[in-house]
Amino acid sequence: MAKITYIDASGESRTVEAEVGATVMETAIRHDVPGIEAECGGACSCATCHVYVDAAWTETVGGPEPMEEDMLDFAYDVRPTSRLSCQIKVTPALDGLVVTTPDRQA
Amino acid sequence: MTETIKTDVVIVGAGPVGLFAVFELGLLDIRAHVVDILDRPGGQCAELYPEKPIYDIPGLPVVTGQELTDNLLEQIKPFGAQYHFSEIIAGLEKTEDDRFLLTTDAGTRFDAKVVVIAAGGGSFQPKKPPIDGVEAFEEKSVHYAVRKMDVFRGKRVLIVGGGDSALDWTLNLAPVAQRVTLMHRRDAFRAAPDSVNKMRKLVEEGVVDLALGQVTELIGEDGVLKAVKAKLVDGQTHEIATDAMLPFFGLTMKLGPIADWGLNLEENLIPVDTEKFETTTPGIFAIGDINAYPGKLKLILSGFHEAALMAQAAARRINPDRKVVFQYTTSSTSLQKKLGVA
Repeated sequence: MAKITYIDASGESRTVEAEVGATVMETAIRHDVPGIEAECGGACSCATCHVYVDAAWTETVGGPEPMEEDMLDFAYDVRPTSRLSCQIKVTPALDGLVVTTPDRQA
Repeated sequence: MTETIKTDVVIVGAGPVGLFAVFELGLLDIRAHVVDILDRPGGQCAELYPEKPIYDIPGLPVVTGQELTDNLLEQIKPFGAQYHFSEIIAGLEKTEDDRFLLTTDAGTRFDAKVVVIAAGGGSFQPKKPPIDGVEAFEEKSVHYAVRKMDVFRGKRVLIVGGGDSALDWTLNLAPVAQRVTLMHRRDAFRAAPDSVNKMRKLVEEGVVDLALGQVTELIGEDGVLKAVKAKLVDGQTHEIATDAMLPFFGLTMKLGPIADWGLNLEENLIPVDTEKFETTTPGIFAIGDINAYPGKLKLILSGFHEAALMAQAAARRINPDRKVVFQYTTSSTSLQKKLGVA
């Protein structure tokens, strides 16, 4: 298990237990964390699970693959720390991960 | 005005469930017209995950969205459905003799005994750029599609995006417009490499401007655009004068006109019974992801089941005097004749 903290656009923070192997998107949906829509269900096809990875975690999490980078073109207010949370798999190394959700999902 | 098409059934949506409805209705001798806003069949399977594997279709351990679509098209071929792509049902009214008049945005009109809504998550529509107040500029200055190139003749045009639509229109409008600026958030493009090369050549020749960044604000009044503010990769906000903006940000699913059909929607879903999958309006059925009932699972296989039961009820409505005999395709020569195999 790993703890993941989601901070929404208003600054409210929610920390949940994530199962290793699940994605950051799935973990949010399972715990009813608002701010992530995941319209396509995790197929990297819609850019509605967009998150900003906390600066302290960007290196551990790593950057997007080309396909995800393409899909990020459709997201709102893309920043250098932007990722699609359906493409971040939870690993023990991500215990404590903090992500922020944008004020809207495209 | 075009002639109204008189038919037994109009199916709204050509996703897997809408396509399979053609099959189940076809076995009961009912022909259907199928309308979809996309330019091809498959719905989400074609638009969202054509290459991605689906693992929970009974009998198919793994199949991609496109393969499933192709298989369904093959399977329903004997039933000669007529397809109307790139059209959306804009209006639906009930007539006094219990039929339905449907009109598409392209002006196609249907007079149908039964309507089957298999619209999934709604209709795929162009994603709007997340810029405050963009709606005010739509139609006059902000366009999500190019219908007539001439509209842009002699104008300054800002095209936003990095995919094939953005690149194609950059290349096509460059000779027509006074000036084309292509804006994309990064210096990498999803579009076909050939288009990207052509675009880069035009940029080198000084014919097209390339700006790397994201539009943050629209400036203008009464829906007429004068300029946009954009945050470019240099971190600064720049003002770019333009008469028109063409954002190409892909598609998103929106419920669309279905919301206005008096179907007592619950959270954008259409409540149905689980015997006939009929809505609160007799004669209008809803199957697949768009419907809601206790225990509903948004699975393709559930939609297939719903299509089968819907077809029985639709048949009773369309041919009330005809007895529906339950038969198996394996053993019934009459069904096999319909399938063209006997």
